[in-house]
Amino acid sequence: MIYVLPTLWAVVTFVFFIIRMVPGGPAMAVLGSYATAESIRELEKQMGLDKPLLVQYGNFLKDLCRGDLGKSMITKRPVSSEIAKALPYTIDLTIAGMLIGIVLGVPIGIMTALKRNRAPDYIGRILSLVGISMPEFYLGILLMYVLAIKFDLFPVLGGGNMSNLGSRLHHLVLPALTLGIIMTAFISRMVRSSMLNVLKEDYVRTAKAKGLKERVVIYKHALRNALIPTVTVIGLYASILMGGSVLTEIIYSRPGLGKMMVFAVKDRDYIALQSVIIIFSAFVFLINLLTDLFYSLIDPRIEYH
Amino acid sequence: MSSVSRKALIIRTFKYNKTSTVGLVMAMMIVMMALIAPWISPYDPISQDMNVQHAPPSWEHPFGTDSYGRDQLSRILWGSRVSLVVGILSVLFAMAAGIPLGMVGGYKGGRTDNLVNRFIDMFMSFPIVILGLLVLAVMGPGLLKIVIAIAAALTPRIARLARGSTLAIKGKEYIEAARAVGQNSGKIMFIHILPNILGEILVMGTLWVATAIIVEASLSFIGLGVRPPTPSWGAMIRDGLDQLTNAPWLSFFPGLAIFLSVFSFNLIADGLRDISDPKLRG
Repeated sequence: MIYVLPTLWAVVTFVFFIIRMVPGGPAMAVLGSYATAESIRELEKQMGLDKPLLVQYGNFLKDLCRGDLGKSMITKRPVSSEIAKALPYTIDLTIAGMLIGIVLGVPIGIMTALKRNRAPDYIGRILSLVGISMPEFYLGILLMYVLAIKFDLFPVLGGGNMSNLGSRLHHLVLPALTLGIIMTAFISRMVRSSMLNVLKEDYVRTAKAKGLKERVVIYKHALRNALIPTVTVIGLYASILMGGSVLTEIIYSRPGLGKMMVFAVKDRDYIALQSVIIIFSAFVFLINLLTDLFYSLIDPRIEYH
Repeated sequence: MSSVSRKALIIRTFKYNKTSTVGLVMAMMIVMMALIAPWISPYDPISQDMNVQHAPPSWEHPFGTDSYGRDQLSRILWGSRVSLVVGILSVLFAMAAGIPLGMVGGYKGGRTDNLVNRFIDMFMSFPIVILGLLVLAVMGPGLLKIVIAIAAALTPRIARLARGSTLAIKGKEYIEAARAVGQNSGKIMFIHILPNILGEILVMGTLWVATAIIVEASLSFIGLGVRPPTPSWGAMIRDGLDQLTNAPWLSFFPGLAIFLSVFSFNLIADGLRDISDPKLRG
């Protein structure tokens, strides 16, 4: 816990300074090389980019603490309100993707470990390798082509109407499935290997030796211990999940944070880019923190401090 | 594990582990394809022919043609060069930066290690694609810049591995013996530690190449890849996306190429990894 805040501060500082390393400065980059020196100065003044770097940095940190993420260099509107609009789309997608990954990945991992070196294990392992080798955007295109264009079961593009639950879920299915299938591949591999490790432990052998039923041994003795490393690793997968959500959003034109980020790159809106990236890494930190908390919950040997 | 038995194990892995062998054969075919692309491509990958826009797969154009009438098969063959160069170079760059960093942290311990660890934590909190996107958004596009961006994103991951392996062998007798006869720490790290941890890191390297190929494809898909008209698989998919309804082959074939390359490196890594995790062997 004590390490989270300094690391988050380091991330924010890194993003702030690297953005200001844009050749010619962010203002010139936005306006393009044909812009007059006057218009560049004007925009720099508006954005506070004319002040000395350390003063900018101080103001930036001060604003950040108050939740002010600066103004978009293009629309001049506060970035935080744009992020607030985009956020629900990304949260829906990442939660649904992770849920699909856990619901499918954990049982597949257990099953392949129990049937080790038999047909279900080989099939499961190959499928999970296929899953981790599949770029999100390619899987997204394939699902879109089959389920939305050929069979017209789901909408091709967009995020749907957020206030209408039906439309919201209908638009969520394909993106969530795309991200979820890939998470399933990662999670099932992890569960399989940690389950195999646990099945070799002495206490599992003891439990079997004293005549407990196979089911009891697996679910009560092995599974609980196998899930502990899995939970930590789900925290590590937070960055795969968030990175994957960017590409998934672009494929389906989902108006979330990922799409906002890519548009900021295209428009060279460096202030918006800076803020979205900070929000993304804050998310990764948050997921890691929750994982740590959950970790101490399922493993009483670990105390949280 | 001594390096001799590790070598024997790698040979045994390829002899008995069919998935690794299949992966190795596939990867070698893809590397070969990239090397001889100029001689086997039926057409020039950038020459346009407006008479055959969006032609579906046929004998003349097995993978069809794109919006400029360019032959997709030739573009995919040439595109393998970008993917492989970026995939392999960025992992080598990341190793050159990450291995010393991790070794110094693991060997020195104390405050140095703490600093290295914080550095690793900080950069690991960025998804690889997003860190690559940030670096490229600032530096602008270009092949070398993509390599640098991906290498920067992989460096903390490799440093972490090198640090862990260094910690594991730091207490061994031969390291203590070297220290006892007064060798300086630079020499100990270079002569005694590096050769012993390199095997494991190279094994993981095949996995990172797979990751780097996906990240390159993702960045060019976003539009931050090599400049057009140089063909790259990710950019081909992006160009084909608008035509998904009437010309699905434009996205389908380049995607298949990305998938097969990444899959081949993952297959190799999957078998080799059992070596570094002896508990799972058998």
